[in-house]
Amino acid sequence: MGEVIVITSGKGGVGKTTATANIGTALALSGKRVVLVDADIGLRNLDVVMGLENRIVYDLVDVVEKVCRLKQALIRDKRFEGLYLLPAAQTKDKTAVSPQQMQELCNQLREEFDYVLIDCPAGIEQGFKNAIAGADKAAVVTVPEVSAVRDADRIIGLLASNDIMDPRLIINRLRLDMVKRGDMMDIDDTIDILGIDLLGVVPDDERVVVSTNRGEPVVLDDDSLAGRAYKNIAKRLMGEDIPIMELNTDEGFLARLKRLFNAGKKRAL
Amino acid sequence: MIDLFKFFGKGESKSKDIAKERLKLVLIHDRANISPKYLDMIKDDVIKVISSYMEIDEEGLDIRLSRIPQEDDTYSTALIANIPIKKVKNLGPNKG
Repeated sequence: MGEVIVITSGKGGVGKTTATANIGTALALSGKRVVLVDADIGLRNLDVVMGLENRIVYDLVDVVEKVCRLKQALIRDKRFEGLYLLPAAQTKDKTAVSPQQMQELCNQLREEFDYVLIDCPAGIEQGFKNAIAGADKAAVVTVPEVSAVRDADRIIGLLASNDIMDPRLIINRLRLDMVKRGDMMDIDDTIDILGIDLLGVVPDDERVVVSTNRGEPVVLDDDSLAGRAYKNIAKRLMGEDIPIMELNTDEGFLARLKRLFNAGKKRAL
Repeated sequence: MIDLFKFFGKGESKSKDIAKERLKLVLIHDRANISPKYLDMIKDDVIKVISSYMEIDEEGLDIRLSRIPQEDDTYSTALIANIPIKKVKNLGPNKG
């Protein structure tokens, strides 16, 4: 029996879909059988992030409406053994599916897979309720900004009132240079505010954009810090005790001096 | 000059500390589910009760949730009311 994990955030644009794609790929690379479920009906995106947009025939709503069988809608990712995608419908909206139907779907999927990762839509309405309906656990993605952290807090409360206790936190797009100068909340600040356990920290990394442009998960890029962070998250989900990546925050006196000069230059321009 | 202070880590507070403090306060409201309307209701009742004992400046009355630092470095949430008194009513000698 597999585990159903919903990846959620409240706020949009913090990296839920990228996290789902990369954690799922990393789990598959470790030999697990994984299905990625795009629960963002009407705003389908996981397919393009995964580079599987040309292979969609049926979608989640077709399965729920019994237009096709579950297996017909699952897209096998030929690059990674054991990785599948269940795409969202693009022409329907959130009301096309009910929480009960999602629960049934998740229970079907957990028979076949070790991990069922659900990419939750932004917001707290119907789409969110559907996405969490069949989940055992949750990962909450946030970025270290006031709006995203506030929404994450709201989501943690809503998860608890739906009996999904102890969600784990992914802090995405952390910028070490900004943390160093005290212009971005750091890992401890964010955990202190939200009061949940940390699942992982993903540094801001432009390689994420580059790999997404190509439709390739960034975990394939060995030089990418973000890719390594997602691999660590996957290992932690599998129960391994992996410490949070040592991020080099010691930029030293010269770097600070240089930045000061650069700041001055910018103003001069 | 300001840059120099920042450079040596003194002077202005860091923007992340401001973010953190603002967030903590806003989350008190979010978590307690206390809306401004709800606070207004409390305010109206407080005015009613206090008014039978003293004349207060209703315009200047301020009620809000706040975080109070404790001795063990934690914070507790408190309802803080600032009620300016115009005049204490003479109700005769206190009873009891």
